[in-house]
Amino acid sequence: MTEAILRQIIDYAHRANPYPLYAELRKTPVYHDADGPFVISRYYDIQSLLHDPRISSDARNLRAPAGGGPLAAEADEETALPPSFLRLDPPEHDRLRRMTNRPFGPPHTPRRVHEMHGELKDIVSGLIDGIDSPDRIDLVDQFSYPFPVTVICRLLGVPREDEARFHSWADIIAASLDPDPGADADERAKVSHNARTELGMYLAGLIEERRKKPGDDMLSQLSTAGGPDGVMTTMEVLSTAALLLIAGHETTVNLITNGMLTLLRNPDVLERLRKDPNLAVPIVEELLRFEPPVQLVPQRTTVADIEVRGVTIPKGASLWLVLAAGNRDPDRFEDPDRFNPDRGDIQHLGFGSGIHSCFGAPLARLEAQLALSELARRLENPRLLEDPPPYRQNAVLRGPRHLPIACDGIRP
Amino acid sequence: MSADGSLDRLKREGRIVVVGASLAGLRAAETLREEGFAGSLTMIGDEPYEPYDRPPLSKQVLLGRATADRTGLPRHRAIDAQWRLGVPATGLDMAARRVRLADGDEVEYDRLLIATGVRARPWPQEDEAELDGVFVLRTRDDADALERSLAQGPRRVLVIGAGFTGSEIASACRERGIAVTVAERADAPLVGALGGVVGEVAAELHRKHGVDLRCGVMVTRLEGDSAGHVRAAHFSDGNTIQADVVVVSLGAQRNTEWLAGSGLGAGPRGIACDAGCRAFDIRGIVTDDIYVAGDVARSPHPLFGYQFLSLEHWGNAVAQAETAAHNMLSDSADRRPHIWVPAFWSSQFGVNIKSVGVPSMGTEILIAQGSRSEHRFTGVYGYQGRVIGAVTFDQTKWLQFYQQLIETTAPFPPAFPTVDRRPEGQQPMPADFPDPSVPTHGPTVTLSGYAPDDRRLTFTPARH
Repeated sequence: MTEAILRQIIDYAHRANPYPLYAELRKTPVYHDADGPFVISRYYDIQSLLHDPRISSDARNLRAPAGGGPLAAEADEETALPPSFLRLDPPEHDRLRRMTNRPFGPPHTPRRVHEMHGELKDIVSGLIDGIDSPDRIDLVDQFSYPFPVTVICRLLGVPREDEARFHSWADIIAASLDPDPGADADERAKVSHNARTELGMYLAGLIEERRKKPGDDMLSQLSTAGGPDGVMTTMEVLSTAALLLIAGHETTVNLITNGMLTLLRNPDVLERLRKDPNLAVPIVEELLRFEPPVQLVPQRTTVADIEVRGVTIPKGASLWLVLAAGNRDPDRFEDPDRFNPDRGDIQHLGFGSGIHSCFGAPLARLEAQLALSELARRLENPRLLEDPPPYRQNAVLRGPRHLPIACDGIRP
Repeated sequence: MSADGSLDRLKREGRIVVVGASLAGLRAAETLREEGFAGSLTMIGDEPYEPYDRPPLSKQVLLGRATADRTGLPRHRAIDAQWRLGVPATGLDMAARRVRLADGDEVEYDRLLIATGVRARPWPQEDEAELDGVFVLRTRDDADALERSLAQGPRRVLVIGAGFTGSEIASACRERGIAVTVAERADAPLVGALGGVVGEVAAELHRKHGVDLRCGVMVTRLEGDSAGHVRAAHFSDGNTIQADVVVVSLGAQRNTEWLAGSGLGAGPRGIACDAGCRAFDIRGIVTDDIYVAGDVARSPHPLFGYQFLSLEHWGNAVAQAETAAHNMLSDSADRRPHIWVPAFWSSQFGVNIKSVGVPSMGTEILIAQGSRSEHRFTGVYGYQGRVIGAVTFDQTKWLQFYQQLIETTAPFPPAFPTVDRRPEGQQPMPADFPDPSVPTHGPTVTLSGYAPDDRRLTFTPARH
């Protein structure tokens, strides 16, 4: 029975509602079979492993690549780019993350995200203004996809006219993170490799331009700004930029889409948000618990034998931390399957925790808060046209591919 | 509920008095209301201000980034209290259940919470302490006065004492471009709290940021000019330095004098209480109506050999206040112990320092992650073969793991490898706490014996 659970979670048939499977998984807190990864699904276990210095993010510490097949631990990027800080341990991780943070957040740039508020709002307004047939809106294509993409491109300093090329590369690369390689793994790997190479070449060109003529975008700052850690090498800027770009593309989209879907399923909350935009703050936090855009972290490995709930996980093993299952652990959250923005105690795992906790969290929060409060305010009598909506293939970065909705009109 | 309904009555119409209107007092008051206390609540504070936050005073306020009047503590809920601010409590009549105030008033209580905290230890020579330009830093007014003086661009500041507060003051001065000398009696900054191995890193930070750090010396005399303004300080090594601002940062004294003669087990080391925050009287018998919380409390901690711990920690004040308030309104079976694991943080010279457990009990230290030379590392303290404390310099996010090791009395040295373990982290070394017979102002945790009314016991960091 348990053997089947992991396969079922990966299986697209369960994409729309994996939560009953996660509940089943939690019954075996350290789940493991034959060649597969050790799967951790309880809140407190995940929380403590995310802070455990015996857990590595560096793929080089894997004993051996797991045995392939649909449950292969790594759909690892075979790529010309060196690993980004997401896939590194300290001290390299710390140095790169620190340097990336300089132009993005406190202490050196404390107001960067805050100061994007006006610009973000304009983008949101523009996208909602552009909805011309309220009787059938695809929220993903018309809103929740273009919004964060525009934002991340502006933040990095990617010209608007190149956004479309970015979409396709980012799509392919994000798809490669899906643990289920599907029918033709070789073909997929090739396509993904090509996308990475093209993205890398494109970014290299941009960095070259920015070095000559820096702007106030992050790409300029990453490739020119110095600090106690010096300046990033070109390769480091490339893999960092690629990381921010992919993360900026593929997560906030799902947060916003899952958010609107959840609100439409909970019309009383939607109505409250319409009247009080400040409610967006607790709503987004509860969404990060209830429908986290990153469902699981499949990229950890052990550098020592460690014991979790009496089970010894050997050195070099692959670990999956199922954040979305931990977020609904009844040992941690009361009535966890209920969407309840009035919950006071909400230390969710939606952004992970520890040294790899989501770098873009402040931006993602602001984007989702603005997006949901504006959608609630401006869409008149919105309703779902399809429930559940069609989902994307990806089990890790989970979210609807389309979200068809209708409304009676757009308020000014 | 108690069988005779007295708790019900207390909750409905009782009188609770909180002496000490700072962090612990406020959080206790909020918890009392949260748990359904509907009676009368009186908050007594010696300062004229409503509760404010102290950590920013030695950081943002000294940097001129925030003003001292803007550090008011956020309120979690309305507490509907009678405030008696600017009026110190002067005495306690345990039999009559009354608190005497400086203005001659008396306030009756059914339950009393004492959260009077600590104050800065002043410069021992009174005439020198009164010179213009000599400061301590504990209160809002202190911070305000010191900041104004720094804003005038003194030529040199002397900080006496390189504990956490002293080091933060020195750091703020350097950030403002002010020349600063730090005089420390021990061999390095922070040694009392973190030991010599970590103290060495702290000394490097001072020097790297241009502090004139003098260790192993005492200031023997402060000298004023004819106008009564401080102008120089004389050191025990025969040196003299010119300074127009002197900050005395020699630790804190517990505010217990007002309880002298009351019969409560209160003294220079604080007020002894049980793990449920109930105060002891001088006979070592626990009271049932007097509770203690925050810096002034001293309570036994099961995890640390039932030693009585006094903790000048922000988080301890909050947790202990909540526990005290809960227990005040509870039957014995529903009471909770205060078993908070000590933790504190400091920010100086651009480095975030955090610690858990009781490092000063440690005899050995292992650099488990990172490197001291990079000023980013995690140090783990060992005591009799178990992990007893941990400190991080700019590695806060690992600390939770080491806290778990402390809580589960994990063996020391830890037997496993970690990410970012360096060659210097392969073997533990002596943690190098100073000889306890040499007084330093450093420790933020003081450990003493087992009997709450035994004042002969002194602070002794564990050594072989």
